[in-house]
Amino acid sequence: MTVNPSGWRPSTPVNDAGEAQTVTGNKALMLEEPLLFEIGTTEQTGVDFGEFKANSGRLGGLERNRDIGLAGLSEPEAVRHYTRLSRQNYAIDLGLFPLGSCTMKHNPRLNEKVARLPGFADTHPLQPIDTVQGGLELIDLVGNWLTTLTGMPAVAMSPKAGAHGELCGLLCIRAALEARGDKREVVLVPESAHGTNPATAAFAGYRVENIPANEAGRVDLEALKTRLGPDVAAVMITNPNTCGLFEPDMKAISDAVHAAGGFVYCDGANFNAIVGKVRPGDLGVDAMHINLHKTFSTPHGGGGPGAGPVVLSAALAPFAPLPFVEKQGDRFVLVEEETAEEHHAQSFGRMVAFHGQMGMFTRAASYMLSHGADGLKQVAEDAVLNANYILRALDGVLDAPFGESGPCMHEALFSDRGFAEDLSTIDLAKALIDEGFHPMTMYFPLVVHGAMLVEPTETESKASLDQFIAAFRSIAERAKTGDESLKAAPVYAPRRRLDETLAARKPVLVYKDPEPARAAE
Amino acid sequence: MRYLPLSDADRSEMLQAVGAATIDDLFRDVPPELLLREPIAELPPHASELCVERQLTALARQNLAAGEVPFFLGCGAYKHHIPASVDHIIQRGEFLTAYTPYQPEIAQGTLQVLFEFQTQVARLLGCEVANASMYDGSTACWEAIVMARRITRRAKAILSSGLHPHYVSVANTMAKFTGDVLETSLPELNSVTDGESLIAAIDGETSAVVVQYPDILGRITDLGPIAEAAHANGALLIAVVTEPVALGLIRSPGEMGADIVVGEGQSIGVGLQFGGPYVGLFATREKYVRQMPGRLAGETVDAEGKRGFVLTLSTREQHIRREKATSNICTNSGLCALAFSVHMSLLGEKGLRKLAQLNHARACEAADRLSAVPGVRLVNESFFNEFTIELPVEARPVVRHLADKGILGGVSLGRLYPGADALQNGLVVAVTETVTDEDIGALEAGLKELCQ
Repeated sequence: MTVNPSGWRPSTPVNDAGEAQTVTGNKALMLEEPLLFEIGTTEQTGVDFGEFKANSGRLGGLERNRDIGLAGLSEPEAVRHYTRLSRQNYAIDLGLFPLGSCTMKHNPRLNEKVARLPGFADTHPLQPIDTVQGGLELIDLVGNWLTTLTGMPAVAMSPKAGAHGELCGLLCIRAALEARGDKREVVLVPESAHGTNPATAAFAGYRVENIPANEAGRVDLEALKTRLGPDVAAVMITNPNTCGLFEPDMKAISDAVHAAGGFVYCDGANFNAIVGKVRPGDLGVDAMHINLHKTFSTPHGGGGPGAGPVVLSAALAPFAPLPFVEKQGDRFVLVEEETAEEHHAQSFGRMVAFHGQMGMFTRAASYMLSHGADGLKQVAEDAVLNANYILRALDGVLDAPFGESGPCMHEALFSDRGFAEDLSTIDLAKALIDEGFHPMTMYFPLVVHGAMLVEPTETESKASLDQFIAAFRSIAERAKTGDESLKAAPVYAPRRRLDETLAARKPVLVYKDPEPARAAE
Repeated sequence: MRYLPLSDADRSEMLQAVGAATIDDLFRDVPPELLLREPIAELPPHASELCVERQLTALARQNLAAGEVPFFLGCGAYKHHIPASVDHIIQRGEFLTAYTPYQPEIAQGTLQVLFEFQTQVARLLGCEVANASMYDGSTACWEAIVMARRITRRAKAILSSGLHPHYVSVANTMAKFTGDVLETSLPELNSVTDGESLIAAIDGETSAVVVQYPDILGRITDLGPIAEAAHANGALLIAVVTEPVALGLIRSPGEMGADIVVGEGQSIGVGLQFGGPYVGLFATREKYVRQMPGRLAGETVDAEGKRGFVLTLSTREQHIRREKATSNICTNSGLCALAFSVHMSLLGEKGLRKLAQLNHARACEAADRLSAVPGVRLVNESFFNEFTIELPVEARPVVRHLADKGILGGVSLGRLYPGADALQNGLVVAVTETVTDEDIGALEAGLKELCQ
C-alpha cells in the first residue's frame, strides 16, 4: 500500500493532472498534519514538574523496565497539532449537519461554562453525601424535567449513552417479568429500527424477531398483533420512527402488547420532534431512553460522551438500577446497594460504576432551564417545520417514499429512485461535502432503497435551509441525469474518497515505528 | 428564544410553503386528545443566560469542590492536574460539535486523533491493539468478560477480590441476565493479594480471570504467574487498570501476559466530574481484534494515494450486524478520548514517568506519616499512589468527621463494602501530585484526633 509515512507531500510543482502543488503539501489554510508519533519524541514534554525526590522502593518489584513509546510534544507543538487536526473536521459550528436520527443541533456555550463550575466538575463520586448536595439536587432536577416532559413516573439516570439506556430498559423489563415468574424469550423489533435495538436485545439475552412495516412506513399493527403471545417480552418501537414519521397507532400498539403480557420499549432517539408536544407516558410506553446529546443539546464530541437516562412506567419503576438520587426530607441521598435493601429490593442492580454522566446532566440542565417549557415546545415545532420545509422543497426532484402520506416529523426521508443507474446515494452525499454541508444519513433506514434521511433540527435559519435546498436540488438533478463527475466527489475536502475496503482487509489500527527507528533504540 | 433562529415571519412563510395552516397540522398523526396545546405548566418558562447561570452556580456552590480542600479520594477516580491547553483544545468547536466520523473525508481530525489515541492506549497497556474507547472502566470490564466468553466458548469467569466493587457489581448484574457464572470474593485487609487462590481456582471451565492492577486497596501484584496459569488451562487473563498514571512506573499488564487489558482513562485529561463522563480503555492481542467491541479507527489511503483514516471493521458492530454484533455500544466517549490523548501527548513518555514518580513519592511520604499515627496500620507492602490504612475505629464516621473539618480524607471501605464487618476500619487514601505537605499534615492531624 502506498502510504506516505511522513505525512508530507512530495515537492513536485505540478501533479499528473497538471494542478499546481506546493512543497509542503499544504494549501494555504488547508494544512497537512503528520501523526503525533512522527513529530513527537519520548524525550519531549509539555508539562513541567518541580523538583522532588523520587522514591521507587514500594512497587512490589514490578518497576517498568522497558520504554512505552509515548511521543511527547511541547505545549506550542501540541496546540498546533490539535488545532490543525481540528480544521480537518466538519462540525455543527461550521454549518448544517443534517444527519438524520442524530439531531445535530447547536450546542449552547453556556452549557460548557456551567459544566466547568468547580462544584460540578471538580467533585469526586465517592465524596461524603453531605458535601455533594448540590450535585445530587442537579441530578434530581434533570430527572424531574425528564419525567415531567415524558409523563412517566420514574427515571433511571445512570446509563451512559442511548444504547446503554436501551439495555437499562430491557433489563428492567426482564427483571419485572422474572419477578412474576414469567420467562419470555423474544423481543420484537421493527425492520426500520436502529441497529442498537436488536443488538441490545441480544446483549440482554433475548432472541430478536423483526416486525414488518406497512406501506405508509409505520408498524403494521395487525401483523404485530398476530405475532404477540406469551413468549414476547417486549416490543421496541422508535417513535417518531426512523422514517421520520409519528406512529399514529402507538397507543393501540401499547394496549395490544400489554394485553399480551409484554412491555413497550420506546427508542427515544427522536424525542426532539415531540418534546413538549406529546408525552410518551400518554402513549402507553413502559420505558424510553433519552439521548441527552440529541434532544438536550449536549455536544456529540466526535462520538460521545452521550448520556441515556431512561424514563420508566410505574410497572417498571421498582426494578430501576442502582444507584439513584432520592429526596428525603430536605436532603438528597444516593440510594446504593446498602440502602436499597430496605425499600428498593427489586432493583436489577448496578449497571455502571458511580452514578452516571454528571457532566452531561449539567449541560442538559442548562439547556432545559434556558428553553423552559415554552421554549422546548417551540424546539419540537421548529424542528418539525424545518424538516417539512425541506421535504416539500425537494419532493419534486427526489422520491419521498412516504411523502404522500402526509407531513413528516423532524426528518425528511428520500430514496435514490430515479438516479442514473451507476449513481447512488453516496455520490450525492459526497457532492454535498463539496458544497460545504455535512451529508445526511445514508442507507438508513434499511427499508428504503438508497435512503437519505435529512434532519435539519430547529437551530437552522431559513436562509441556511434555502441554501442547503438549492445545493441538494442541483446535485439531485445531476444524479438523475447521470453526471459522472459526482463519482469523483468530494474534490475540495481534506481527503478524496477513502479506501474503506483496504482498511478492513489489512487493518492498521495503531502506528508502528519505522524499522530503522526501532533498531536504534 | 436565543437558540432558535426562525422568526415568526419565517414560520408563517414556511407553513404556507408546506401547505399547513397551523403548526399543529404538521402533528396531525398525533391523536388530537394527546397533543399538548400549551407549554407544560409544571415546568418554568424560558430564562436568560444570566438567570440560568445564576441558578446553576448556586447549586454548584452547595458542593465541596476537591480543589478547595486537602483531598485524598481515589478508588477508580483520581484528581490530577490537567494542563490548561487540554480544555482549550477539547472546546474547539470542530472537535466538540462534530459527530461520530461517518464521513471520513471531512472527519480526518477526529479519525487521526482516534488512531493516535488507540496507539497511545495500546502502548501504555502493553497490547498490540486498542479501540477508540468505551463508556468507562466498569462497562469495559464487563465487555471484556463477554469477549472472553466468545473467544473461549466458556462462561465462567473468576473475579479477583481486588477488583473495584462497582465493577464486580456491574458484572454481577449483567451475569444475572446472560447466564455467565462469576466467582467473586471480598478482599482482606492484608498485604498479600489473592494471586495464589486465583491460580488455584482456574480450571478447564474458566473463561477468564479478571485482576485489577493496582487493585482496589492499592496493592500491586505480579500478573505473570496468573497469566501462565490461565493460559495453561485455556483461559484468558483480563487485567483492569483504574489508575493509568501508574503505568508510567510499573510494568504494563500486556507485557506480563494479559490477553485483554481494560481501564478507566479518567486520570489522564478527564476531570473528576462527579463520576462521569469518563473514558473506558480497551486493548487486546491483534488476533482477537475481530472479537473486540467498540469503534476502531484504521489507516488507509484516499483516491489520490494520500494517507487517511476511517472507521473500520464495522462488521463487528451493531449498525451492520444488528443482533449478531459483538456489543450494542454505539456512541462511546470520543471527546474524553481526545482529552486523554492531548494530555498524554503533552506528558509524553518523559512527562508520564515523572508524573508517576511524583505521585509515588508523595504517596510514600503520606503512607509513612499516616501509618505513624498511633493505632493506624499500613495494610500495603506495595502501592503506587494509593494505599489502604486500617484505623483503630470504623472508618466511615471518620471520613464524615474529616469532611466536617474541611478534609476529604479518602474512601472508607464501609462505603464500598457495606456490611462487610472485617473491612469497616479500612480507609483507602490516594495521594497524587495535587497533594501538598500541608494537606498530608492536615489529614495526619485529623486522624490523630479522630482515632484516639
